[in-house]
Amino acid sequence: MSNIPADLRFASTHEWVRPDGEGVFTIGISDHAQQLLGDMVFVELPDIGAEVGTGDDIAVAESVKAASDVYAPISGEVVAVNEELEDTPELVNSDPYGDGWLFKIKAEDPAEVETLLDAEGYEGSIEDE
Amino acid sequence: MANKTVLHAKHLEAGAKMVDFHGWEMPINYGSQIEEHHAVRKDAGMFDVSHMTIVDVTGKDAQGYLRFLLANDVVKLQDKGKALYSGMLNEAGGVVDDLIVYYFDQTNYRLVVNSATREKDMNWLLKQAESFDVVITERPEFAMIAVQGPNAKNKAAELFSAAQKEAVAGMKAFFGVQAEDLFIATTGYTGEAGYEIMVPAADAADYWQKLLDVGVVPCGLGARDTLRLEAGMNLYSQDMDETISPLAANMAWTISWEPSDRNFVGRQALEQQKAEGTDKLVGLVMTEKGVLRAGQKVRVSGGEGVITSGTFSPTLGHSIAMARVPATVGTSAEVEIRKKWVTVNVVKPSFVRNGKSVL
Repeated sequence: MSNIPADLRFASTHEWVRPDGEGVFTIGISDHAQQLLGDMVFVELPDIGAEVGTGDDIAVAESVKAASDVYAPISGEVVAVNEELEDTPELVNSDPYGDGWLFKIKAEDPAEVETLLDAEGYEGSIEDE
Repeated sequence: MANKTVLHAKHLEAGAKMVDFHGWEMPINYGSQIEEHHAVRKDAGMFDVSHMTIVDVTGKDAQGYLRFLLANDVVKLQDKGKALYSGMLNEAGGVVDDLIVYYFDQTNYRLVVNSATREKDMNWLLKQAESFDVVITERPEFAMIAVQGPNAKNKAAELFSAAQKEAVAGMKAFFGVQAEDLFIATTGYTGEAGYEIMVPAADAADYWQKLLDVGVVPCGLGARDTLRLEAGMNLYSQDMDETISPLAANMAWTISWEPSDRNFVGRQALEQQKAEGTDKLVGLVMTEKGVLRAGQKVRVSGGEGVITSGTFSPTLGHSIAMARVPATVGTSAEVEIRKKWVTVNVVKPSFVRNGKSVL
């Protein structure tokens, strides 16, 4: 049912990762995750400049139904956050892989991304849920 | 196996996400519960409430039975079709269920009780009926559709026959009337005008489709919950249950103390609770980011309480909740949200009526 773009990498905790070049990666939550959470009402984002480690809870996606932690899928420095989400958190529902992105991380080690799931692996992981 | 209403196929056809609701497979939303919420506040939405239990109480002692069964007094019902909201209490003064009772005459009433408590309620109704000459009849042959919102009555009326239009003309809030094949009531669970319509099960899917065709938006349980909470209406098993006094559930207004010689189930316990004092159910308002949720701890002046229902209010754009707290509560409280204590305002548990904030 859910959309899983083949060109992205995924964490098993439902974050997606897209390379922007020069070691910077855009991160959001998957279509599957936004469907599970339902209508988004607040998104709490990390501070720009924050140093984050893989698996740290650095953002909160809060829907009508529940608050859900968002984890850093890779280590590095937060270099941008999606300020549009302040007023229009529903972008996470309507365009989870586009305008609904959450934050960008400059990776400590860009190779770390290769250890994440590919689309097929992620699809398998959500089928097991 | 999950129970399904006769509208189940219509929900799937409309792309509903279905969930288990106390043994019933029901739509939680048809895409966006917030858009469904706004449809009810601004235009017209509809809910499948066919899972609710309709029970007719008839017979010589019907009035006497209901005066014994319910904390509210059906003697207040003098006009044909008039409805009353009441708690049905146990001997300990806890709430067995909350319900609406419609009056036709002193030997003929209709109750609508919750679905989640159907079996318990039926057993309770029968048990309390032992010394009364009444017949208690479930009416599963009806489906029920709630059409709610500022344009709900006009849109629903497009489907009514001339006789049905005449039957509902000038009907005030909280009345019900049998008009040809439909039982049409000016009741609801959203804080908006509208109807709850009982329709023969065999015709329900067709009726639902006709409502869709006149622009009534299908709404799921998600929107139903945010709408009722904004309206300050209790949800059974969440805001009260068998262990909770109606006095601690913002239901004091539903208790008829007079005449003092009317004995009803739970009266003695209730009088004692009233004398001793109880917790109270209040509203909480949080204007900063975050969402109040059921189960969160609440600190107030004089003690600690708990949120019974909490959500994001789509109409107000911030979070609201109902909480049961010590009666010593002041005008503010602190709530523990994700390990942080946040200060919130304490208000009467009613937030939105007829599309407008009442804060």
